Amino acid sequence: MTARATAASAPTPDALPKVRADLLPLLLVPALALLALPLVGSLPTWVTLTVAGLAMGLIIFIIASGLTLVFGLMDILNFGHGVFIALGAFLATTVLGGMADWTASQNVFANLVAIFAAMVVAMAAAGAVGMAFERVIIRPVYGQHLKQILITMGGMIVGEELIKAIWGPQSIPLPLPAALRGSVLIGDAAIEKYRIVAVVVGLAIFALIFWVLNRTKVGLLIRAGVQDREMVEALGYRIRRLFVGVFVAGSALAGIGGVLWGLFQQNVIPQIGAQVNILIFIVIIIGGLGSAGGSFVGALLVGLLANYTGFLAPKVALFSNILLMVLVLLWRPQGLYPVAKR
Amino acid sequence: MSTALLELEGVHTHIGAYHILHGVDLEVPRGQLTVLLGRNGAGKTTTLRTIMGLWRASRGRVVFDGTDIAAHATPDVAQRGIAYVPENMGIFSDLTVEENMTLAARGARNAGEIDRARLEWIFGLFPAMKKFWLHPAGLLSGGQKQMLAVARAITEPRKLLLVDEPTKGLAPAIIQNMIAAFRELKSTDTTILLVEQNFNFARQLGDSVAVMDNGRIVHSGAMAELASDESLQQRLLGLSLAAHQ
Amino acid sequence: MLRGFLSNDLPRSRVLTAALVVIVLGLAFAPFLFPGARSLNVAAKILVFIVLVASYDLLLGYTGIVSFAHTMFFGIGAYGVAIALTRLGPTWSAIAAGVVGGLAVSLVLSLVIGLFSLRVRAIFYAMITLAVAAAFQTLASQLSDLTGGEDGLTFKVPEVLSPGFSLMEEPFLGASLDGKFLSYYLLFVVAVVLFLVMLRVVNSPFGRVLQAIRENDFRAEALGYRTVIYRTLSNVLGAGFATLAGAMLAVWLRYNGPDTSLSFEIMLDILLMVVIGGMGTMYGAIVGATVFILTQSYLQDLMKLASDGMAVLPVAGGFLSALLSPDRWLLWLGVLFVLSVYYFPTGIVGKLRTRALGGTRRP
Repeated sequence: MTARATAASAPTPDALPKVRADLLPLLLVPALALLALPLVGSLPTWVTLTVAGLAMGLIIFIIASGLTLVFGLMDILNFGHGVFIALGAFLATTVLGGMADWTASQNVFANLVAIFAAMVVAMAAAGAVGMAFERVIIRPVYGQHLKQILITMGGMIVGEELIKAIWGPQSIPLPLPAALRGSVLIGDAAIEKYRIVAVVVGLAIFALIFWVLNRTKVGLLIRAGVQDREMVEALGYRIRRLFVGVFVAGSALAGIGGVLWGLFQQNVIPQIGAQVNILIFIVIIIGGLGSAGGSFVGALLVGLLANYTGFLAPKVALFSNILLMVLVLLWRPQGLYPVAKR
Repeated sequence: MSTALLELEGVHTHIGAYHILHGVDLEVPRGQLTVLLGRNGAGKTTTLRTIMGLWRASRGRVVFDGTDIAAHATPDVAQRGIAYVPENMGIFSDLTVEENMTLAARGARNAGEIDRARLEWIFGLFPAMKKFWLHPAGLLSGGQKQMLAVARAITEPRKLLLVDEPTKGLAPAIIQNMIAAFRELKSTDTTILLVEQNFNFARQLGDSVAVMDNGRIVHSGAMAELASDESLQQRLLGLSLAAHQ
Repeated sequence: MLRGFLSNDLPRSRVLTAALVVIVLGLAFAPFLFPGARSLNVAAKILVFIVLVASYDLLLGYTGIVSFAHTMFFGIGAYGVAIALTRLGPTWSAIAAGVVGGLAVSLVLSLVIGLFSLRVRAIFYAMITLAVAAAFQTLASQLSDLTGGEDGLTFKVPEVLSPGFSLMEEPFLGASLDGKFLSYYLLFVVAVVLFLVMLRVVNSPFGRVLQAIRENDFRAEALGYRTVIYRTLSNVLGAGFATLAGAMLAVWLRYNGPDTSLSFEIMLDILLMVVIGGMGTMYGAIVGATVFILTQSYLQDLMKLASDGMAVLPVAGGFLSALLSPDRWLLWLGVLFVLSVYYFPTGIVGKLRTRALGGTRRP
């Protein structure tokens, strides 16, 4: 994320102009929302769509943040990121299936516990698989982009097939827990309960990522490493250990995202990873490879756009995202928040 | 126990197929500022990078404070007390000045934990650092970035400073500032290996000098000796360096 | 004379030459050697994919461009012919119209994508092509009036090529001389011609520049070659040949749908074929396509045996059985793919050639 003015402990110098962070891209989000309002027509519908869009966007952000940081830090583009998403989604079916009592209960709290359990399991499993993936698939091809693309694709094929071997090749329904079905009415707007959960969880994770990146030394190292890996080592930090950590964290986040996405679709298919992959790539290109803040804005834009077009003109949904990508690249060819690399 | 904090013995470095360093023998005396002179392409930057472990020496020894660090990884070399100011400054432009300095302070978890006294001393040397403390480093001017690069290297006391052309492209006034800063640094008993093309700058600060050509050291000795011998300057560096004022 | 025929690009390995001869002869006489609808289908598929994979090798192996939009051009060719035959009736001119139309669309699209995206880094380009291909697939299934939507288009081909047509009543040397027989040989001739043309392209001065660009982009630019132009041209050529492969497929199947030619699975198949066969060799396309498709078609029978066998084992039997289930053949091919990228990045052809160099004479 771009630099922010930090707080108390610094030897604060005499009044100097506060640095204005580059907010222009962030403003695109409300801009898009407002643009859609007249097109949608009715305010309540617009509210529903906007909340849905934000929820979807946040889930996409959770998945994309890991991928973009891994790329920025390690110069690795993991085309197999979808494996972790799929793993999370399928594990969700198993966990939630096993906790039928909890999910059938009308007690919201019980439902949330079940979802939370699924998230924890997904996080752990995806993280573990991520560690193996980094060691076996990625590490041998550090620095060789062509091979990386090919081999991570290969990793995804193998992963998808293994998932099919374990869970079977057909789609598995993933119904929402009982108390989270349906919508609440706010004024005239019907907002699906699950979307609200997704927004809350999404914001919580976003806050966590933001905090780690901007308020901790580790986050500082990541942000510096994305710019200039060599210099970070020259300052005495063993950044390669950090690589694995970031990769595992990114995979774990993708696993969590998979759980949430699966519940969103209420259905899980083995190709779920490959499908979401495309959206993720669009998001990180829009945001700027290596920028978590960029992927945040990109994800919200993509989520909102997908929902607005889904309502207004469903046939052009995927095209609209590509169009958005093209427009953003025409404005800023390196993405919304490009990372100045050495 | 030798007086040299750093000794290179017969160091060869290859970059891909190119053989850049052809057996470098260099001594950097403790507590002094040693200047490494030579024209472009002589191998000066490669020497610094080899010491730092960014490029691996294919042959030879790099002895720092008694230990051969030739095969050590860069973070290890840095942790032994060597700080590096690269030619391109290595500033993290998306990070603020404060964040850059926090990174340089390995012991500090955040800016508040940086040694306050040391920080004030650095602000004294480079007032711009205080002024632009919360600004992204990318917005600083060229000279200020250079100052930040040096400030970062001295945020915590280090045994050896490797500095690569700190005055390149700087205005004379800034260079004066640099000279003053380095003079103060010297008084703190830090050993410095400075690569420079600006002989005037080098002459004012250097205690010892080593001249490099084609990947080898072709002369080493006291700075005073070289500075007073114009014919020697002519021979080693191609033209009278008195002209390089 | 043979050297000239092959544009001076010889197999350079005895084993490889032998393998290629076997494959080519096998394909040339398939209706006689392997009678039956199924085997003929497999052979025809191999022919189509040889052209398709060779066109991808032009991009990936010779120019160093990773594109995931190749199936899009394949699909354009297939749909071009399919739509033409559906709309204009089963005539040769319809086929011609379809091919020309498909090539025109591919030309324009590949130019646009090339010029826009080749200015960006390889990673960007790969991701963008991925997105564009996905979008195109969605488009094809949505424009159902034109493309038949999810169900696709079923159509008739000119009488000579249709299964009902009979050249001779009696089977000749084991093969029944019907429309399918003639279709097959049409495909065979087209495949041979296209392959030899591509071989000529990569061995021409143009091809050499492409290889130079693949090796060192900057140097090529410094030497005065406008790399963007060459890469775009390579993109267009690759797309063109893929389109022709699509046309071949449509004529053979007399059907085309989004899954037949546009699916991501096919893109992955192409990748596997080109890597396992050997990137940057052209012959790798022949070897890779043959190995892959034969495996796809026949290994599954083997795997079924193994899978059933495993199922009786206690404890892990169920899981092992699932791993070896014939539906999971892609798993093993995926593993082979990953291993190929590590251990023999030059593929089967490359491996055979290096062995030939080391074994028979000093390089």
